[in-house]
Amino acid sequence: MDMNRRQFFRVSSAGLVGSSLVALGFSPTAALAETRNFKLARTTETRSTCPYCSVSCGLIMYTLGDKAKNVKSTIVHIEGDPDHPVNRGTLCPKGAGVMDMIQSPNRVKVPQVREAGSNEWKRISWDDALTRIAKHMKADRDANLIKTNAAGTTVNRWNTTGLLVSSAASNESGHLSVKVARGLGMVALDTQARI
Amino acid sequence: MTNSWNDIKNTDLVLIMGGNAAEAHPCGFKWVTEAMQTRKAKLIVVDPRFTRSAAVADTYAPIRVGTDIAFLGGVINYLLSNNKIHAEYVKAYTDATFLTKEGYKFDNGFFSGYDEAKRSYNKATWGYDIGADGFVKVDDTMQDPRCVFQQMKAHYSRYTPDQVSKITGTPKEAFLKICEQMAATSATNKVMTILYALGWTQHSVGSQNIRTMAMIQLLLGNMGRPGGGVNALRGHANVQGITDQCAYSEVLPGYLSAPTDADKTREEYLERRTGKPLRPGQMAFTQNFPKWFTSLSKSWYGNAATAENGFAYDWFPKRDAGYDILHQFELMFQGKMNGFIVQGFNPLAAVPNKKKLSTGLSKLKYLVVIDPLETETGEFWKNYGPLNDVDPAQIKTEVFRLPATCFAEETGSFTNSSRVINWKERAVDPPGEAKVDSEIIARLFVKLREMYAKDGGTLPEPVAALTWNYMNANAPTSAEILREINGKALADVLGPPADPKDPKSPRAVVVKAGEQMPGFAPLQADGSTACGNWIYSGCWSQAGNMTARRDTADPTGLGVYPGWGFSWPANRRILYNRASADPAGKPWDASRKYLAWNGTSWAGGADVPDMRPDAAPEQNVGPFIMNPEGVARLHAVGMNEGPFPEHYEPFETPVGVNLMCPTNPKAVSNPAARVYKGDLEAFGKKEEFPYAATTYRLTEHLHFWTKHAKSNAIVQPAPFVEIGEELAKEKGIAHGQKVRVKSNRGEVVAACVVTKRIKPWDVNGKKVHMVGIPIHWGFKGVTQNGYLANALTPFVGDANSQTPEFKAFLVNIEKA
Repeated sequence: MDMNRRQFFRVSSAGLVGSSLVALGFSPTAALAETRNFKLARTTETRSTCPYCSVSCGLIMYTLGDKAKNVKSTIVHIEGDPDHPVNRGTLCPKGAGVMDMIQSPNRVKVPQVREAGSNEWKRISWDDALTRIAKHMKADRDANLIKTNAAGTTVNRWNTTGLLVSSAASNESGHLSVKVARGLGMVALDTQARI
Repeated sequence: MTNSWNDIKNTDLVLIMGGNAAEAHPCGFKWVTEAMQTRKAKLIVVDPRFTRSAAVADTYAPIRVGTDIAFLGGVINYLLSNNKIHAEYVKAYTDATFLTKEGYKFDNGFFSGYDEAKRSYNKATWGYDIGADGFVKVDDTMQDPRCVFQQMKAHYSRYTPDQVSKITGTPKEAFLKICEQMAATSATNKVMTILYALGWTQHSVGSQNIRTMAMIQLLLGNMGRPGGGVNALRGHANVQGITDQCAYSEVLPGYLSAPTDADKTREEYLERRTGKPLRPGQMAFTQNFPKWFTSLSKSWYGNAATAENGFAYDWFPKRDAGYDILHQFELMFQGKMNGFIVQGFNPLAAVPNKKKLSTGLSKLKYLVVIDPLETETGEFWKNYGPLNDVDPAQIKTEVFRLPATCFAEETGSFTNSSRVINWKERAVDPPGEAKVDSEIIARLFVKLREMYAKDGGTLPEPVAALTWNYMNANAPTSAEILREINGKALADVLGPPADPKDPKSPRAVVVKAGEQMPGFAPLQADGSTACGNWIYSGCWSQAGNMTARRDTADPTGLGVYPGWGFSWPANRRILYNRASADPAGKPWDASRKYLAWNGTSWAGGADVPDMRPDAAPEQNVGPFIMNPEGVARLHAVGMNEGPFPEHYEPFETPVGVNLMCPTNPKAVSNPAARVYKGDLEAFGKKEEFPYAATTYRLTEHLHFWTKHAKSNAIVQPAPFVEIGEELAKEKGIAHGQKVRVKSNRGEVVAACVVTKRIKPWDVNGKKVHMVGIPIHWGFKGVTQNGYLANALTPFVGDANSQTPEFKAFLVNIEKA
């Protein structure tokens, strides 16, 4: 397995005793000593919240780039926020590696569609994607929204398209999703929180 | 959490059961060790596995998966039969003295009113005996056999230590030692806290697991007190916040129960949900329900919501069923759904019975996946060999995958497990063309609104009327939305008449038109206020964004931090905190003084009082203000499987009978749990699948996210299952060897870790082994690929919450 020295030490703080890394016989190919400059000297600090468990630890994110419009910022380091009353600067094995989730090679970067029966993704523009989705939704809603039930009561429910709302997004994103869903008459609404 | 992470430091005894805080919530667990070091608090861990929480515990006891109610019911029996309860608290703050209806009974596994065909109860014989004056009848001596206390005592007398040990596999001595430790906190100056997580919720009796513990905390007088409470440790940084926004079919933001077909008019809807005091002088806080709901209607429909049209009541969809995720997948499976929009959720991995899910998704017309990461759900149609053995040509679902931002790229607020809302700023730009979730939803809605405006369609009115007063209609900012959630006055809100005796005396303006609401108290039912979520009201007042506060001061030293973020409701950090003082208003424990009656008010304590500030103790206003009875419920009619929790086996049981009622084959598992046709047949039997199984998380991973992160993949690179040494020997399985684990629904192949952490239980004289299945792998990720654990799990949920039973099912295991 390939990893550099920094990754090895970052993850090692997790305590490797119970890990499949040890149990199943993996070990780093090399963990060579290296010197480095003080990497945080020219960074911007932003306070944030760890996205993993609900301890919701305070984070400080260090980014390169001065927030000018023509500069693409990059996170170079994340550590626990020492002012935060709950985690007081500490992070756990999950949170300590959160930079790698943000910078995961498996991030979705562009809108894509997989056509019916196809075996591949095809790149499309945001506008095309949202137009096609909106057409699907409207067709389904127009055809299947139930205005009154058998007893003649006004029910105005649309139950043939479901929505699962992210519990990883902000309260504000969540509230907007709920507002839009209810505004469209959706009842098939759920979230990860149930599980 | 009723209490907070920091508050754990105030406790004398920690029970971790149904969770594993040391590994799943490590930085929160630090407050447990803080209590152990500074207060000499003790830690008890009850868990099927010897976890890292157990490793630092003073007392550890093993327990068979799915038998927590038997254990906790036994604790209740111990407390009652040894008179180890906080008697004054129980009498004043619970319904122990209340009389129950005649005709209520419990017999051989069933409560009165069971309808086998419907798998549900007619609750007519449950509940309190209401007198002619509209108030519950009480017996202050608690001797009447119909009073809640006596009913509870009779119910739990059957949970003897021997019976508990037989069902749970917990050695009797260990069980009694734990009872004794817990019982010691019935003293007025001792407090216990309980930390639980999915280990309690993910059962067909999940809600009752938690209720049984809540009853214990009430009997011991530990609710509402520093160092006490019932504390759910939740799984994502904002899972609490999204719960509060109520992205659920059955509720609207702020836990307002959503209308059903039965609620024909706004009046009927409000009538059913507006609380009336069940005892004299109680606050019955839900009497304000019309204010909360009307303010929500105004928030969403603005000027289009008028008194004449019932504040747009008709536009709130009425539901005819649950529509929880299991129900949605059942409908999909039956071909009754056309579209599915999945935002930041990976149901193919996170919902039970992968085969059924995959079949359901294949019947959709369109699937939209909005996620920062490439999820299994987005590629359910792709063949990954045995890990996802499907034929894409046969799957006609059109699938869209839209890139969303992750937490670091979004400005907005998260709510932690203890209800504290914290603001965060975007730190970095998203990769590629990724957009914030709210922008994606907004753009989609704006497109739909344009289509309806141009072409018309079914019920276009609410689509046109939905309030959308954002600077950029395509990209509302989080600041705009949080202000909307907080709410504002649409007209001047007036206070009570200056002279209480003269209703015509002048009324002062409490909130000026256009101003942000200072909190939920001044919300109105006449349409003069708008509020997107009443419990969050106060989070963005005229003074600004309260969730962005970073005052690190803790004036009382009790870990309250009143100036850090904003804790809903009303910036209150401990719920029911009136109960931290005795009926006369004096703190139960002078060393942990949280609030006290100062002769004229409850104000001036460590926290915002959970009580009307001027309610003098002699007015006997109970501390559980959300209940119309003002006190906490030992007897709860709201629960679907009975007013008292009862032990039922998991739907897949390694015992085959319910030892609490061995002669009733129909009450083996939760009689009120919803089971769909076909799923009942898909439950396995112990003869074919002899081993109890459970799923769980590892400290190095979070759900199905971190398999995409390199550092996590380095420390936990490969899928595995765990078994104990004894079973390994029996089956001839060596450490590290590949095994095949099968349930009646699917299989998982992985390396086998043979461990001392798992040991068989002695259940009713027979040995029961467990197979442990960490969940974190799938066919996408930078870890090695693996089988989704939910290929194995059963498609059945808790009878109240419909949370799936991931924690107790049956498997077989063999060398692969």
